[in-house]
Amino acid sequence: MNIIVPPKPPKSGVKTIRNIIIGVGMLALYIWTFATIEIPWDRIFSQRTVENFDRVIPKLFSPDFTFASRVFEYMMETLFIAFTGSFMAAILAVPFGFFAASNINRNPFLNTLGKWILNADRTFPEILLALIFVVAIGPGAFAGVLAIAIHSVGMLGKLYSEVVESIDMNVVEAMEANGANKIQIFFYGIMPQVIPEFLSYAIYRFEIDVRASTVLGIIGAGGIGTLLVISSRNRNWDEVGMILLVIIIFVSIIDYISTFIRKRIV
Amino acid sequence: MSKPLNTNRVPASLVSKDTKFRMNIIMLVVLALYILSSVMTNSSILRFDADFFANVWNMIVQLFPPNWSYAGVVVDKLLETIKMALIATTIAGILCIPFSLLAASNIVQNKFLYNFIKMFLNIMRTIPELILAVVFVGLFGIGVFGGILALIIFSLGILAKLISETIEAIDMNPLEAIRASGGNTLQVIWYAIVPQVLPQFVSFTLYVFEINVRASVVLGFVGAGGIGLILQQQLNFLSYQNVSTIIVITFVVVVIIDYISNKLRGRLV
Amino acid sequence: MIEMKDLSLVYPNGTQGLKNINVNINKGEFVVIVGLSGAGKSTFIRSINRLVTPTEGQLFVDDENILKYKGKDLRKLRTKVGMIFQNYNLVKRSTVMKNVISGRLGHTGTLKSILNLYSKKDIALAYESLKRVNIEEKLYSRADQLSGGQQQRVSIARVLTQQPSVVLADEPVASLDPPTSHQVMKYLKKINSEDNITTIVNLHFIDMAMEYADRIIGMRAGEIVFDGPASEVNEKTFEEIYGRPIKEDDIRGGTEENVETP
Ligand SMILES: Nc1ncnc2c1ncn2[C@@H]1O[C@H](COP(=O)(O)OP(=O)(O)OP(=O)(O)O)[C@@H](O)[C@H]1O
Ligand SMILES: [Mg+2]
Repeated sequence: MNIIVPPKPPKSGVKTIRNIIIGVGMLALYIWTFATIEIPWDRIFSQRTVENFDRVIPKLFSPDFTFASRVFEYMMETLFIAFTGSFMAAILAVPFGFFAASNINRNPFLNTLGKWILNADRTFPEILLALIFVVAIGPGAFAGVLAIAIHSVGMLGKLYSEVVESIDMNVVEAMEANGANKIQIFFYGIMPQVIPEFLSYAIYRFEIDVRASTVLGIIGAGGIGTLLVISSRNRNWDEVGMILLVIIIFVSIIDYISTFIRKRIV
Repeated sequence: MSKPLNTNRVPASLVSKDTKFRMNIIMLVVLALYILSSVMTNSSILRFDADFFANVWNMIVQLFPPNWSYAGVVVDKLLETIKMALIATTIAGILCIPFSLLAASNIVQNKFLYNFIKMFLNIMRTIPELILAVVFVGLFGIGVFGGILALIIFSLGILAKLISETIEAIDMNPLEAIRASGGNTLQVIWYAIVPQVLPQFVSFTLYVFEINVRASVVLGFVGAGGIGLILQQQLNFLSYQNVSTIIVITFVVVVIIDYISNKLRGRLV
Repeated sequence: MIEMKDLSLVYPNGTQGLKNINVNINKGEFVVIVGLSGAGKSTFIRSINRLVTPTEGQLFVDDENILKYKGKDLRKLRTKVGMIFQNYNLVKRSTVMKNVISGRLGHTGTLKSILNLYSKKDIALAYESLKRVNIEEKLYSRADQLSGGQQQRVSIARVLTQQPSVVLADEPVASLDPPTSHQVMKYLKKINSEDNITTIVNLHFIDMAMEYADRIIGMRAGEIVFDGPASEVNEKTFEEIYGRPIKEDDIRGGTEENVETP
C-alpha cells in the first residue's frame, strides 16, 4: 500500500514556546512542592499510626449515645450562633448591597470602593475573625456571632448588589415621572423587586453559616466545636463519632429545608 | 346631596388579607427566633455597648503598625500553606474522576450504585475541613499530612459534585458513536467524555484550589500545618504587630491567587 | 451475509420494536429501509450492531449468531459493522482528525489509543478516508466549526477508517438540506460500490430511496410489509407501506447542484 501521510498541523512557534514554558513551569512547581514539603513519612508509616488506627477508627464508628444530649445542646448553640450571625448579616448587607450596585450608586468611585470592601471582607475566613474577636472581647458565642455576621456581609452584600443591578429600572423611571420621591420609589418600586431574592440568598447563607459555626468552638468561639476539642484532646473517639454524626444529620436536614424553602420563594 | 363613598367596597390594603397575614406571621417568627438565639448566644444588641467598642478599638490600635521584620517567617509558612493546597487539589482532582463518573446518572445505569455514591459525596461535604483535620491529626499526629488529607476529602466532595453535574449535561451521541465503532469503556471515556468536560474540569479544579488556599490558612489552628499555627501562636503571645503582618501578607497573596485563577478560568469556558 | 430468522424485539416497557422479521441481505447490497416514524427502522438497524438486543429469534452476521455476543466479541462485531447517525455524533470539541481516527479504536489497544500512539498506516488510512469524502483540508479544524453536510462527511470518513464490511446509516440526511442530502447519499453509494461494503440506510424520503437503493424494505409497526428491488417500486408501493396517501413531506426533492464545493 502506498502510504500518504497527512500534512503536519499548522503550529505557530509562539504557541509552541508558550506551551513548553507552561509545561516546564508546572513541572518545576510540582517538583519544588513535593521536594520541600515537610512530611515525616517515617512517623506516618510507623507502628504508632497503626495503633492509632486500631484505637481511633472502631470507636469513631461506634458513637457514644450517652453523650448525645450534651452534643445536641451544643449543636443547638451552633444553630443559634449561625442564625444570629446570618440575621445580622442579612440586615447589614442591605445598605452595602445598594451602595455597591452601579445602577443605584452612580458615583463610579464610591461604587467600586463598595465592591472592593465587600470583596476584601470575604477573603477573611470566619474562623480567623472569630480568633481575633476571642482575643479582643474574650471567648464565647458572641465572638462567633460577630465573626459569622461580618464574614457573611461580604458575600450577601455582593449577591444583593447583583440582584439590585438586575432590577427593572423602567419601573423606577415611571415612578419618578409620577412625582414620587426617593423614599417612595425605594419602598414601592425597588424593594418589591428584590425582596424574594434577598430572602433566598439570606437563607442560603444561613445554610453555609451552620456549617461554618460548627468549627468556631475549636478556637473558643462557642458551639459544638467546643466539645470536639475537649473530646479529641481526651482521646474519647466515641464522643467524637457522636459529634460527627450529629453534625452530619443537622447539616443535611438544614440543607434540605433551606433548599425546599428557597425553591418556593423564587 | 352627594352620596358618601361606600367604604365597604374599597380594598383595605394593597395585598390580599391572607397574604398579609402570612407575611406578618413569618416576620414575627423570624424576629422571635432572632431574639431567642441572640439571647441564647449572649449577643443581643445590648452587647454593643461602650465597652465593646473600646475593646475592639483597643485591639485594632495594637495591630498597627505591622512588624515587617517578621515577614520572612510569614512567607515561609504561607508557602507551606500554598503547597498543602496544591497537593490536596491535585490529588483530589485525580481521585474525583472515578467518583464523578460513578455519580453521573447518564453514565451509571445501576440506580443503586449511583444513589449510593451521590449520598456518600453529600455526606462528605457536610463535614467541615477543620473537623476532618482534627480527626486526621489524631490519627497521624501534628503536621501538614493530616491537613492535606482533610483538604483532599473535603475538596473531593465538592469537585465530584460539580464534575458529575457537568458530565450529566454532555452530549450523549458521541458516546454511542464510539461504542458503535467497537470502542471499549475506557476508550469511550477518553474519546467521547473527556473532550467534552475537560475545560470545565480544569476550571473547577482551579476554583477548588482557591477554596483550598483559604481553608488551609486556618488548618494550623488544629495543628494541621500551614500559617494558622503561627497566627494562633502570635495571638497567644499577644504580639499583635506580628499578627497584622501575617494577616496583611496572607490577604495580599490570597487576592493575587484569586485574581490569577479567575483570569485563567475566564479564558477556559 | 446478514440473516434474520424470526427476529423479534420487545422493549422493556412492552413496546414491540420488531415482529417476526425474516430477511436475508447479501454482500455488497445497498438496502434502504422505509417506513413511518415509529415503524421500527432504527430498531432494525441498531439490532445489527447490537446497540439494541432482539429478544427472540436469530440474527447472523457472516454466519455467526451475534445475539449472544458480549464484551470482546461484541466489540469485534462493531468494528466490522460501521454506523452513521442522523446527528453525526462527532465529538464537537475534538479535531476532525481525532474524530476520524477514533474509527480505529476497535483495532487499537486501550493504552495505545489513550496515548494517541497510532501507527503510520492508521494515520494514513484516516487521511485517505478524509480524501475520499473530499474534506481533507479540514483535517485540523474543530468539528463544531464545520457545516452539517461537512460533519456528516467526516462521520462517513470515520466509518471508512474503521474498514467495515457493513455500514449502517440511521437517517443520515434527515438534518440536511436537499442538495447536501444528495451529496451525502452519493458518497455512501460510492463507498458501497468501490469497496463492496454492504450498506443499510434508513430514509423516509421516497424519492431518495428510489434513486439510491438496490433494494427497498418497507416496515410498518415492527413488521416487514414490503421487500423488493428498487426497480419494482413506485408511489403506489409507498402508499401501501405507509398505509396512507403520499404527502409532500415524504419527498426530499432537489439535486446535488448548488452545494458548496469543498
Ligand atoms: N429505547 C426504547 N424503549 C422503549 N421503546 C422504544 C425505544 N426505542 C424505540 N422504541 C419504540 O419502538 C418503536 C419503534 O421505534 P424506532 O425508533 O425503531 O422507529 P423508527 O422507524 O426508527 O422511527 P423514526 O422514523 O421516528 O426514527 C416505536 O414505537 C418506539 O416508540
Ligand atoms: Mg429512527
